[in-house]
Amino acid sequence: MNNADNPINPILELTGVGIEFPTPKGPFKALTDVNLKIAKGEVISLIGHSGCGKSTVLNIVAGLLQATEGGAVLEGKEVNEPGPERAVVFQNHSLLPWLTAYENVELAVKTIFDKNKTKAEMKEWIEYNLNLVHMSHAMHKRPDEISGGMKQRVGIARALAMEPKILLMDEPFGALDALTRAHLQDSVMEIQKDLGNTIIMITHDVDEAVLLSDRIVMMTNGPSATIGEILKIDLPKPRNRIELADDPRYNQYRQQVLSFLYEKQRKVEPLSNNHKLSKDKAKTA
Amino acid sequence: MTSKIPTSSNSSSADLSSSNIKSLRSITDDVMPLWLQDTIKTIMLPVIGLLFFLLIWGTAAQSIDTSLGKFPGPTQAFEQFQSLMTEHNEERVKEAAFYQRQDDRNAARLEQDPTYQVKIRNYTGKPTFIDQIGTSLITVLTGFILASIIAIPLGIMIGLSKNLYAAANPVIQLFKPVSPLAWLPLVTMVVSAVYVSDDPIFAKSFVTSVITVLLCSLWPTVLNTAVGVASISPDLINVSKVLRLKPMTHVFKVVIPSSIPMVFTGLRLSLGIAWMVLIAAEMLAQNPGLGKFVWDEFQNGSSNSLGRIMVAVIVIGLIGFLLDRIMLMLQKFFSWDKQALLR
Repeated sequence: MNNADNPINPILELTGVGIEFPTPKGPFKALTDVNLKIAKGEVISLIGHSGCGKSTVLNIVAGLLQATEGGAVLEGKEVNEPGPERAVVFQNHSLLPWLTAYENVELAVKTIFDKNKTKAEMKEWIEYNLNLVHMSHAMHKRPDEISGGMKQRVGIARALAMEPKILLMDEPFGALDALTRAHLQDSVMEIQKDLGNTIIMITHDVDEAVLLSDRIVMMTNGPSATIGEILKIDLPKPRNRIELADDPRYNQYRQQVLSFLYEKQRKVEPLSNNHKLSKDKAKTA
Repeated sequence: MTSKIPTSSNSSSADLSSSNIKSLRSITDDVMPLWLQDTIKTIMLPVIGLLFFLLIWGTAAQSIDTSLGKFPGPTQAFEQFQSLMTEHNEERVKEAAFYQRQDDRNAARLEQDPTYQVKIRNYTGKPTFIDQIGTSLITVLTGFILASIIAIPLGIMIGLSKNLYAAANPVIQLFKPVSPLAWLPLVTMVVSAVYVSDDPIFAKSFVTSVITVLLCSLWPTVLNTAVGVASISPDLINVSKVLRLKPMTHVFKVVIPSSIPMVFTGLRLSLGIAWMVLIAAEMLAQNPGLGKFVWDEFQNGSSNSLGRIMVAVIVIGLIGFLLDRIMLMLQKFFSWDKQALLR
């Protein structure tokens, strides 16, 4: 593993993280010995084949799953339950369908800043965050009245409104079409540039990983998945997808990720194993 | 809602049809605009169905002889309905006259003797068919509302905890299929023993009927609420966890709104059962509602009785239908998912 790029003063530190799920056939080790240090303001992508435990890593950081070995430490405090300082942007937006975009963000803001903000400040903060994701025009629409990309924007606004120390994004754009996805990637880059958020993002998309990340964490295939390689993306920010398309370094990074995924970690699935894997996926999802 | 069914069948038949049928269709389309066709279908088809039913009822009734004469057809039932209305109106006139006489008498007594304490006596005439409908509605709603007050929180608790669900499920499954007739003797005895008061606010027959209705209409709401609560999307639960919502906030902001559709499904089923159970309960408990009406007419055995029972049958059906529609309207009002197809 490449440890040279690990930062000296990390905001988040994963040490020897492993997890075992009990199954009727005995314990199933999904993840083993994951070590990762993330600096403040860094954007990290987790990439790997499905079932490799990317989501499990994210859920452990989020506190939604408990590591059975090792642990995650955020700013010197061990993570053992979910909390707003580790806001999650879920793959399928997870907005409360009976609330408008505004009310969805409001629920988060009211819960978190219950005592620290006045009503007017809360309103301003909610509107500010919706504005960040360019959703001011549809604040008072309910999720079923807006498009998938807009829903995901609201999901991001809700997460940002929690003022998280670290923003966790679980395949945030996976369910969107390519054009919408590009728009949202641009939005995230823009917001990250302005606010300097620390982000861990799960993705399947090699271009997305190279475009957005400071480092790409490539995971080996499960069971007992772990970090295979870490690739540092040394491209100047802000990045522009059109200019990068011709950039030899960009293409080289892309090629490195692809070769990891399709040569080193080529997924050969015997048919009989499918069942087990899909079960594992269901658990880690 | 029903207006959509003919349109969709139109289009599918147009797709399938040969050019021959297509030309026929376009002729009717020219003569009659589509909305008119739709209206005719939405109004005419139910009317045709009802007429067909009346025809079968009328013919079948002709050929059934009972010890109380011929089985009542639609005409006899309608006559009985009219006579029930007349009786009701006469009773109301009598009642008004009674109170008038009482007031006059009291006024006269007061004039003679200013210290006289006025006594007002209630009119104690026989309840009419309309009164009995009123009693039945009050009884069923009391039972149903009490059942809902118990069932919804219970269902939420059961739905929130897998362990509680596992523990409660056998009990629910055991009592769910129990007929009201089995509960009634037990309820009657318990009410007689426990509900003892010199000046009872409610009649025992009323309390017995309410409790029986409650016991039978509890289960669909409990089960559906529990299922609704248990099947909340895990993502929404994760949102709640990440926000660290307090348990009560979680229940009110996430659990209840997201299970509202299932709660209402349960409530509608419960109200349907409550109404069915009520008639049986009133028959046996002698609560002066529709059930007692049917039973009294049956015991009475006059040549009009069967006709009157038939009126009661139709009224019971109609009220049950209306109660269901009202619940549906409430469900639509409270449901956040306005697109969901509710029928």
